[in-house]
Amino acid sequence: MNWGAVKAIYRFEMARTGRTLMQSILAPVISTSLYFVVFGAAIGSRIPEMEGVDYGSFIVPGLIMLTLLMQSVMNASFGIYFPKFTGTIYELLSAPISFVEIVIGYVGAAATKSIILGLIILATSYLFVPVRIAHPVWMIAFLVLTAVTFSLLGFIIGIWADGFEKLQVVPLLIITPLTFLGGAFYSVNVLPPFWQVVTFFNPIVYLISGFRWSFYEVADVNVAISLGMTLAFLAACLAIIWWIFRTGYRLKN
Amino acid sequence: MQDIITISGLSKTYATGFNALKNINLGIRRGEIFALLGPNGAGKTTLIGVVCGIINPSSGTVTVDGHDNVTDFRAARELIGLVPQELTTDAFESVWATVSFSRGLFGKSKNPAYIEKILKSLSLWDKRNDKIMTLSGGMKRRVLIAKALSHEPKILFLDEPTAGVDVELRKDMWQVVRDLRAAGVTIILTTHYIEEAEDMADRIGVISNGEIILVEEKKALMQKLGKKQLTLQLQEKLTALPAGIFGSAQLSLSEAGDELTYTYDTQAERTGITRLLASLTEAGIRFKDLSTKQSSLEEIFVGLVHQDKNGAVK
Repeated sequence: MNWGAVKAIYRFEMARTGRTLMQSILAPVISTSLYFVVFGAAIGSRIPEMEGVDYGSFIVPGLIMLTLLMQSVMNASFGIYFPKFTGTIYELLSAPISFVEIVIGYVGAAATKSIILGLIILATSYLFVPVRIAHPVWMIAFLVLTAVTFSLLGFIIGIWADGFEKLQVVPLLIITPLTFLGGAFYSVNVLPPFWQVVTFFNPIVYLISGFRWSFYEVADVNVAISLGMTLAFLAACLAIIWWIFRTGYRLKN
Repeated sequence: MQDIITISGLSKTYATGFNALKNINLGIRRGEIFALLGPNGAGKTTLIGVVCGIINPSSGTVTVDGHDNVTDFRAARELIGLVPQELTTDAFESVWATVSFSRGLFGKSKNPAYIEKILKSLSLWDKRNDKIMTLSGGMKRRVLIAKALSHEPKILFLDEPTAGVDVELRKDMWQVVRDLRAAGVTIILTTHYIEEAEDMADRIGVISNGEIILVEEKKALMQKLGKKQLTLQLQEKLTALPAGIFGSAQLSLSEAGDELTYTYDTQAERTGITRLLASLTEAGIRFKDLSTKQSSLEEIFVGLVHQDKNGAVK
């Protein structure tokens, strides 16, 4: 393993984050604060409780997940797409590094950034509502697992994309709707039975449910299933990346 | 001399069906400057891409200092620095950051003194904190060279390093290349400026339509270049060269019998032209016109490539 190269890529990507600090951190914090104002104060005041938890507090894990998923996908996809777009990818391909190191560098940096954002949003939510974390270790575990998994997904999207539109399509058309429908703002139990069944085909339900369990010990699905689904999704992403690198898909002619 | 790069049976067919390289066999000698010449689309960049690991070959192998560039790619690539043809740089990074990043990719520990030396030799030191996007094209080219040198490669590929670069910078760049060669670095370059190849290279290879059609020492080529031809148009046709004429070994008669061609070496102390003309007058051969002609590397090159395209040379 060429750990020097991993470090170089990781630092390079983190420096890019540092340069765009305002838009990277300020934007999610502001939008999250708005969610608290709208859902917590305005609408939430008319919703007494959800699953025995104050509504404003109930949405905290969902909001963190929403940002975590979006940011992981966008950071990682942009991180690898940009060298492809500018052509500087030649340097990665001709350096004495394997694809494993490239993935660790890019995905590691993207996941780090989204985890930091997740924690900032968690801190922000303390300003608005009471938050209780029943299982901090599990909370961190879900946070890290989800960030890594969706950064891997973002990496795949970045390699697959051959234009800026495609980079936007997946986060906007797939991840955002699935997150909204995945119980970020409500418990799946409040849905009509038919939609409950449909919901269980949405992988994000399991992520949010597990994450919320680590806060309030309330879950739509068994936490073991949540963990299993997250790991399954992680394995699927790793398999696709393994295939990409074996074939050189969209990287090497 | 032992080859540092050995390319054997290398072919590349792109997914589109385009056959960019056809069974290339080529050895690059340790410490030489090898100029790869060829028209646009001949396969120069593809060949470099395969050696550097950017393009997967369809068949064939490349070894770099004894390391196969696929099975032992780390050892092979560590030795190589690549300056690509396109000006592909980050936009928002500083010169210093991007060059340091390149060194890091090769797993080398930081060495600010060495990077400082490279930047100074390429006149980039004053620009080290500037964002790359603010630099001119020539400066960006230098940044690419600095990046390629950042990990102290033993082999340097320069793909069209002087395209769109002004005269002064070209001179600077060739000085850097000469210094590298003096330090024992093997250099493979492609260029469209044939006089540059003439100046710099130890050996010259010509690639056309994905095939290497010539590899020769520059000196041997220059000897061919040093030859000049004098053509005399005769007033009366001859059926054969008359005996006893001066320099008959260098003379040839055209098929129609109306032209005599005398090939001579411009580098020689005496060309023999005066004696030839005197000798012809003595023999009573009169001529109505004369012309001289010297073929340049460019002409040889164009001729080769042209012949190849017409299928005359294979």
